[in-house]
Amino acid sequence: MTKKRGRGMASVNYPTGMNLGGDPSQALIHATTTGSFIVTLSSVDLGQGLKTVMAQICAETLGVSTENVIIDTADTDTGPHCMGTFASRGTHRIGNAIIMAAKEAKSVLLEVAAEELEVDAGDLETDGAGNIRVKGSPQKSIAILNVALAAHFKHGRTISGRGIFLQPRSYPEPETGKMTPATCYAHACTVAEVEVDTETGEVQVLSLKSAYEVGRALNPRMVEQQIIGGAWMGLSHALYETTEPYYPNRAHGPTDFNQYLMPGPGDLPEFSNVIIERPAGDGPFGAKGVGEMTANSPIPAIANAIFDAVGVRVDSLPITPEKVLRGIQALAHDPEKWTPVFRKDHAQTEDAARH
Amino acid sequence: MIEYRKDYFSDARTDGLTEVGVTRQRSDVLGHVTGKTQYYADRHFAGLLHLKMVRSPHHHARIKSIDVSRALKVPGVVRVLTAKDVPQNIYTILCLIQVEPNDEPVLAFDKVRFKGEQIVAVLAESEQAALAGVAKVKVVYEELPAVFDVEEALKPGAPLVNEYHGRNWFTYEGHHCRRVRFGNVDEGFAAADHVIEEMYQSSPIEHAPTETTGCIVVPDQNERYTCYSNTQALYFTLDNSALILNSPFHKLRLVGGTVGGGFGGKVDVITEPIAFLAAMLTRRPVKYEYSRAEEMQVSSPRAAERIYIKDGVAKDGRILARQVRLYVDAGAYSRHSPYGTTKAAAHMPGPYTIPNVWVDCHCVYTNRTPSSAMRGFGVTIGDFALEVQMDKLARLIGMDPMEFRILNAYRDGDMKAHQKEVDGAALVECVQAASDLANWPIAGRYRAMSSQKREG
Amino acid sequence: MTKVPVQFTLNGREQNEFVDSGSTLLAALRDKLGLYGTKAGCHQGTCGACTVIIDGSPQLSCLTLAERCAGKSVTTLEGLTGNGALHPLQQAFMEGFAAQCGFCTPGMILAAKSLLDRNPSPSRDDVIDAISGNICRCTGYDPIINAILTAAEQLRGARKSA
Repeated sequence: MTKKRGRGMASVNYPTGMNLGGDPSQALIHATTTGSFIVTLSSVDLGQGLKTVMAQICAETLGVSTENVIIDTADTDTGPHCMGTFASRGTHRIGNAIIMAAKEAKSVLLEVAAEELEVDAGDLETDGAGNIRVKGSPQKSIAILNVALAAHFKHGRTISGRGIFLQPRSYPEPETGKMTPATCYAHACTVAEVEVDTETGEVQVLSLKSAYEVGRALNPRMVEQQIIGGAWMGLSHALYETTEPYYPNRAHGPTDFNQYLMPGPGDLPEFSNVIIERPAGDGPFGAKGVGEMTANSPIPAIANAIFDAVGVRVDSLPITPEKVLRGIQALAHDPEKWTPVFRKDHAQTEDAARH
Repeated sequence: MIEYRKDYFSDARTDGLTEVGVTRQRSDVLGHVTGKTQYYADRHFAGLLHLKMVRSPHHHARIKSIDVSRALKVPGVVRVLTAKDVPQNIYTILCLIQVEPNDEPVLAFDKVRFKGEQIVAVLAESEQAALAGVAKVKVVYEELPAVFDVEEALKPGAPLVNEYHGRNWFTYEGHHCRRVRFGNVDEGFAAADHVIEEMYQSSPIEHAPTETTGCIVVPDQNERYTCYSNTQALYFTLDNSALILNSPFHKLRLVGGTVGGGFGGKVDVITEPIAFLAAMLTRRPVKYEYSRAEEMQVSSPRAAERIYIKDGVAKDGRILARQVRLYVDAGAYSRHSPYGTTKAAAHMPGPYTIPNVWVDCHCVYTNRTPSSAMRGFGVTIGDFALEVQMDKLARLIGMDPMEFRILNAYRDGDMKAHQKEVDGAALVECVQAASDLANWPIAGRYRAMSSQKREG
Repeated sequence: MTKVPVQFTLNGREQNEFVDSGSTLLAALRDKLGLYGTKAGCHQGTCGACTVIIDGSPQLSCLTLAERCAGKSVTTLEGLTGNGALHPLQQAFMEGFAAQCGFCTPGMILAAKSLLDRNPSPSRDDVIDAISGNICRCTGYDPIINAILTAAEQLRGARKSA
C-alpha cells in the first residue's frame, strides 16, 4: 500500500445577490414604550444566523446594544416583503433595509430627546449604553427608556422607521449577455493537501487552508461558522455526494444517509483560515454575502491536489475512489494519458506537469 | 479563533464600530441547546390530517387512468386530491418574475416526466393510513422513451420531455441558450501559444438538510389559512400558492423563519400549495412533510452540469481567449434552472480578466427529478471546472498555479465579460494570503501585485 | 388501534401513558407528550436527530417502540435543564458556536452526554466515535467535537472541586 501526498489550490469569487428579477427586501422598526426596538421582517433564518446579525446591524445604526433589539421574523401578516433567503443576499439586502429603517427611527428618537432636553437634535448622540447625551457634555443625558415613554405618552410620536433595499432588475442583452447580475463580490482562495491511497483510490483531505475576503465580518465567530461548515460541504461535494452515482444513468439513487455519503466527524481535515476585509461600498457596514462561497474553492483545490499526488485528473464530480483508481490504472498502462477526457493540445511534457 | 489579515485594505475600513465587527452570541442558540427552538413541525393541532403522495414509478409515461376508489375505502383515509381539484394546476415558480411558460403540473394528469412525480395526494387520519391509501391507488401508465443525457436531449429526434416548451431547452429571448459575447475568441485563439479544450461533469447533489421540507396548513377564522412552513422564501410561497389556488392573496398567511437547514433546497414551492388546497377542501389542519427518501430522490437537487472549456493561453501566462459551453440538466421542469443558467453565464470566465470570451449556457430538459437552487447556484460546478482548468493551464505553460492566477486575476476597473466594470476586487490578496497560510512561496513580482494595481 | 399501557421514567419523573401499539418513542414524545426537543430527521435511523438516552445508552427514538420502554429510564434534551441550570455540554455548545440551524443539536448533545456519563475523559477519537451516528449539515463537526471536549474538561474540573 502506497500513500501519496499532494497539494492543490483554487481561487474564486462570488456574487452577492442575484437581481435578474429585481431584488428588494423591506424592514420595519418600532420602539416599544420602554425603549426596546423591534425589527419586523418576513425574512428566513436557515441557521446561518440572520436574526443575530440583523440585530447587530440595527443596534449599530441606532447606537444601542444588540441585546436591546428584537428581531421578529417571519410572518407575512406582520412582516413586510422579503424576496427570501438565498443567493447570499440576506445580510446585504436585509441589512441595508434595516439601516435605512433604523436611521429613520433614530432621527425621531433624537428629535424627541431634543425636546425633552431642550437642546438641538443635531447636538445629540447615543452612548451605546441606553442613553442619549449632548455631544461634549455627557452629563446632560436622558435614558432611551424615558425618551420612548415621552414620545408615546407626551409627544404623540412613533419612534419608528421604514426601510427597503432594492437592487433594480437587470435585463441581460440577448445578443451579448451584457447585464448587472449582482452587487458586490466576495473572494476566496483555498490550498488543499491530500493523501491518496494508490491501492484503494481513497482520498483523505489532510488540510484546507483558506483566505476569505468578506467585505466586513459583522460577527467574526459566525463568519467562522460559515467558513468551516462551507469548507466541509465543499469537501463533501468533491469526494462523496450525489443522488445519481452513475449519472446520467438514473439507477442506484440513495434514499437514506447510509447510501448518501458525506464525510463524518472522523473524516475532517485540519481547517485554518484567514479573513481579509475590503468593505463593499454598497454593503451594510461593508459586508458582502459569504454563505455560499465558502463551499466552492475547496472542491477544485482538492481535485488539483489529487492530480498533484498521483497524476490523475478526475474531471467529474464526485471524485470517488473508483474513479481515482481507474485513473491510476490507466496511467500505469499509458503514462501519456493522464487525463480521462480528450485534449486537443499535446504541447505539455511530463516535466511541465510537475511544479 | 479567526485570524485577520488587517494589512490588506487597511485604509478602506472605518473604525469606531461597537456592535458590528465584534462577536455576539447567537440569539437563537439558547433555544437550540435546550430544545426550545420552535421549527414548523413543533406544533400540535387537533384533528391533523397527514398527506402522502402517489408518485410516478416511471421516468416518462402517459397516464392512461387513475383509480382512487380502493384508496378511499382504507380506514382512516379522508379524501384524495387529483389534478382536477387544483384550480390552476399548471404553474412555474418564477412566473413571479415573468419567466415563461408555465410548464409544471402541481399534480400530474396526462403525463409523468420524471420518476417520483406527484400524481395523487392521499389525506388520512394517520401517516400509516395515508401510506396504506397511497398503496391502493391504481394508476395505469403507458411508458414512453426517456432521455437522460443533456447533449442527447438536444439532438433532433430526442424524446420531447416537456410539451409546454415544445423543445428540450429553455429559450432565452429567441436564443437556444444564454449567451455572453465579449471580444473575439477566434482572434484570441489564433494569437495563443497553446489552445486546449477540456470537459467537466458533475452529478446531481442533494441539499440534505437535517430537517426535511414540509409544512402544516391550518384553517383560521374568516376563511383564512395559515401555513407553518420551512420555506426559505415566505412571499414566493404565498404568491405562488395563491396563483395555483386561484385564491385572493389576503386569504393566505405564511409563518416560518426558523429552518433546520436549507442550502437552497427549500426555495421550491411544492408542499405548500397542495397542503393549502387540502386544508381548504377538508377544513382541517394538514401536514405534508417529505420523507427522507423523498427529500433525496424527489426534491430538487443541485443540477448536474456538463461544461466544455476551451482556452487559448500565451507562453507568458496570459489567457487570451476562453470559450465555454455549459449544459445545466434542469430535469423535467424549469423551477429555478433558467435563472441559474443565466447566473452561470454571468459567472464566466471566472474572476479573471480575459479579453475574448464566448459563453453559451444551455438550460436542458431531461426525464429526471427537476433540479433547482443550491448553495452556490450556477457557480459551484462552474468554479470546479474553471479552477481545474486553471491548474491544467498553469502546468501546461510551466507556471506556478498561484502566480498564474495572480497574473490573470481581475483588477479594479477591468471590464468583465458581461460588460460590468470590476469594483472592489480582492482575488490577488486572497491568493497571496493563502500562499502565506499554506507556506507556498510565490515570487516577489506576484507578491507586489494588488487588486488596485496590476503590477506592484 | 390497540392501546398499550407503558410505565417508565422520563427525565427523572415517573410517567404513565397509553400508547398506540407499534408506535415509536419519537411519536410518543413529540405527538403525545409535546416534548418537541426530540427532532425527527429521517424516521429511518440514519440521521441521529432523534437520539435520546435510554438506561444510560444513546438510542434512536424513531426506531424504538414506545411500549419497549416500559420500566426503563428515558432522558430527552428537556431533562438536562431540570433544575434550571444549563448542563456543561449546553454551555459549551453555546460558547463554542457549535450550533447553526440547531436541528441536530438535541441529538448531538444527548449522544455526547451518554459518552461523558460513561467516560469522563474521552479522547478526540472517543468523541468522534460517539457522534458518528449523528448527522450535521451545517457546522463541519469541528466545533461540535471541540465543544464536547471542552464540556468534558469542565465536568472533570467540577468533580474535582466537589
